[in-house]
Amino acid sequence: MTTHTEHQAQQGREPLDVNTPGLSQFDIVREGARRDDIEIVHYEPQVAPGSKAERRLTRTVASFFLLTGLAATAFLVVYIWWPWEYHAGSGGDKWYTPLLGVTLGVALLGIGFGILTWGKKLLPKEVSIQDRHEGAVASDDRIITGQTMLYMADELGVKRRPLLGISLLAGLAPVGAVAAAPLVGGLISQPHKNNQMFTTGFAPAEGGQKVRLVREDGRPVRPADVSTGGQITVFPGIDHGVSNLHADSPTLLIHLRDSDAQESRRANERVGHGDYMWGNYAAYSKICTHAGCPASLYEQQTNRLLCPCHQSQFLITDNARPIFGPASRRLPQLPIEVDSEGYFVAKSDYTETVGPDFWERP
Amino acid sequence: MKRRKFDKAAVPGNVARGVDDRFQVATPLRRLLNKVFPDHWSFLLGEIALFSFVILLLTGVFLTFFYEPAMTEVVYNGSYAPLRGTPMSAAYASSLDISFDVRGGLIMRQMHHWSALLFMAAIVVHMLRVFFTGAFRKPRETNWIIGSLLFWVGFLAGFTGYSLPDDGLSGTGLRIASAIMLSIPVIGSWVTSSIFGGEFPGTIIISRFYIAHVLLVPGLLLALIGAHLGLVFKQKHTQWPGPGRTNGNVVGERMFPRYAIKQGGFFMVVFGVIALMGGLFQINPIWLFGPYEAWVVSAASQPDWYVMFLDGSTRLMPAWEINIPIGDGYVIPPLFWPTVVLPGILVGLSTLYPFLEARRLKDTRSHNLLQRPRDVPARTGLGAMAVTFFIVLTLSGANDVIADKFQISLNAMTWAGRIGLLVLPPLAYYVTYRICLGLQQHDREVLAHGVETGIIRRLPDGRFEEVHQPLAAADGHGDGHGALPYAGWVVPKKMNRLGALGPAIRGFFYPIEKPAEAPVSPGHPPVEPRPEREEIGSGESRR
Ligand code: FES
Repeated sequence: MTTHTEHQAQQGREPLDVNTPGLSQFDIVREGARRDDIEIVHYEPQVAPGSKAERRLTRTVASFFLLTGLAATAFLVVYIWWPWEYHAGSGGDKWYTPLLGVTLGVALLGIGFGILTWGKKLLPKEVSIQDRHEGAVASDDRIITGQTMLYMADELGVKRRPLLGISLLAGLAPVGAVAAAPLVGGLISQPHKNNQMFTTGFAPAEGGQKVRLVREDGRPVRPADVSTGGQITVFPGIDHGVSNLHADSPTLLIHLRDSDAQESRRANERVGHGDYMWGNYAAYSKICTHAGCPASLYEQQTNRLLCPCHQSQFLITDNARPIFGPASRRLPQLPIEVDSEGYFVAKSDYTETVGPDFWERP
Repeated sequence: MKRRKFDKAAVPGNVARGVDDRFQVATPLRRLLNKVFPDHWSFLLGEIALFSFVILLLTGVFLTFFYEPAMTEVVYNGSYAPLRGTPMSAAYASSLDISFDVRGGLIMRQMHHWSALLFMAAIVVHMLRVFFTGAFRKPRETNWIIGSLLFWVGFLAGFTGYSLPDDGLSGTGLRIASAIMLSIPVIGSWVTSSIFGGEFPGTIIISRFYIAHVLLVPGLLLALIGAHLGLVFKQKHTQWPGPGRTNGNVVGERMFPRYAIKQGGFFMVVFGVIALMGGLFQINPIWLFGPYEAWVVSAASQPDWYVMFLDGSTRLMPAWEINIPIGDGYVIPPLFWPTVVLPGILVGLSTLYPFLEARRLKDTRSHNLLQRPRDVPARTGLGAMAVTFFIVLTLSGANDVIADKFQISLNAMTWAGRIGLLVLPPLAYYVTYRICLGLQQHDREVLAHGVETGIIRRLPDGRFEEVHQPLAAADGHGDGHGALPYAGWVVPKKMNRLGALGPAIRGFFYPIEKPAEAPVSPGHPPVEPRPEREEIGSGESRR
């Protein structure tokens, strides 16, 4: 067992001639390190060659690698032959991914631990010291570099001929803008075209035809379809009305109980929505005025509508006023009535902006 | 013709000469191989982040082969029966296919997701390590800035990836993101409609996010990681103080072979753990959430953990709307503060911290030695404050789940979060500061009086006293011990740290060979063989 533990003063050391006969490999390695300002202070094998400990460690490392081989093979076998196609129920395919994970994980961990044991336990331990040479750059060098850079700037002569610099800047600025223009220009899109931020699918069609309220499957809704105290989500009965193209249109149609409806009507009158309800039915936008989640947890007992995203709560009987949480604006109310065929229609579009707030909302 | 005998011993020399003739790399290569790395377990945290990033790239490439970044409507017809016949976007349908109809697709998806979570977690813990030990100080400020940028770019990568499957949960996240952009004063609606190509959700956001997620953001991450590692390499690691370790040197192992081998092994371990998690722990089961529909959401829709603090801040924000009565009237929605302003402040404060601290301490020197958190109570306190702030927000991001599970009123949870956010961080600062001072004092006590031995002795006059084992040798007069100066690193506080028990004997079921030799490194001075049993006195009696 060789142990090298010595520390020599580095200052003024003559470089060793590596061609000297009789130098060991380690001597040359150490000399190399010294030339990089590294002193190997301590170098010591952890296990004696040929010892019991060495054989034992070798066996450990080897068994890790063999484990890897086994697990990797198992991975391949599972990957190829295990029934993997999804079937409803709890068939063998449910084990496919877990089995892949276990075999792959064990295979990788096997290599990992094998290598780690090899490196940590079998290789010699050492302590080396390397100098940082920080701030040791000769200050001469810094001065020279600094001056070189300054001199280069001087050579350009911009200082003496300021017009050159100014015109260059003036010329380059638009070029930079030219580079950015196609990207920004291509992406930019006017937010107010077709008045899209302020309209929903319930806006009456060209001929003033009022839009029906329909269910998810497109069937129009009659008053009798909503039981007392219940509510359903309705959509504008137009093309693609029930799709994300009209993400702002989903509306909650609520059938209030008598007393709640009276309270509601009074509250509506206070905010000038006197005729927005039809009978005991009221319709409010489902899109939270906070960040646009569908506010959909309706508590019948308290008439509160809870938005699950940030827990804003709206009191439906008080014209959907926000009473808790971060939302600051009422849910807009849709004025509704029943058409001659007995189906719900929107009297007009929403009269307030639907969805999350923004700067220019009037 | 006689063949020359092949000289094995000359091979390395010949190859080296051949390479060097062409590229002149011998010296730089030797420098590289010889570079010395100090070692400490906590240095591995950054590496976990790096390794998970590599795994992200690997699994991500797999996913791109099967994912279709389009919002065109298709009717699902794959093998997951409950959704068959449902109209959905092509993006969601292909995500379902990856989960059910691509061999091994699900494990890849789950490994991708788990490594993303691990990547962010490792970044955060690594940053905490760097912060609490003062490793960000000059000359490493740049790397601190790059590091905090890495967190935010990783955040972006995570968010864009989270949105791609276009399932119910990710669509909701996207909707909130659009509302956040909308809330920016003056330009909000322009930003949103430019990014979404019109009104939310439009038809192109998924393909835009896709290109950001697979090309732009990873490119940026790669560049930042490259710069980060390059600087670590150039500036060399910091190290803990200890015998032989100075501000001007690096004490450790040369990079090859042992250090590099350990790194390689560790990479495999991280990879293996992610494979296990990807196989065993279900994550983001998108088939349960259904396709995104603007009118559907479920309770307990939480984002990934690193976004949760912003969700929390949004929940805690009171409904303060600012109205500006000019013209038609303008408004700054309450959403703006917790989701745009707060992250802005956080980015600013965290990136600038090295400069703020250097300025406060008027410290312009370079530091290569780490500090123990207890030795810098003010910074440690600030860190504890920040962590508390983050934890309160993150818990608030799940306050509905907590309220549900523990039968607490939801509104009470929100109020608890609001109050906690104001009260707990300063409290954390105060407590941490005090703990640091206490630990410092204990260190000094041990240095002055020695280690408690647990031996009680009765004095002739009847008093009892505990015997201390002094750390310093007795001075020349035979009584009293000079207090040792504090050197900035661990003070031994237990007798066995002084070797009183002798080194442990290795072996699991049975001891192997003779007792192992004591570890030898500057951090742990060689341990002398166990002394013959004798009474451990206070020092005087032993003399
Ligand atoms: S989106 Fe409804 S509370 Fe935030």
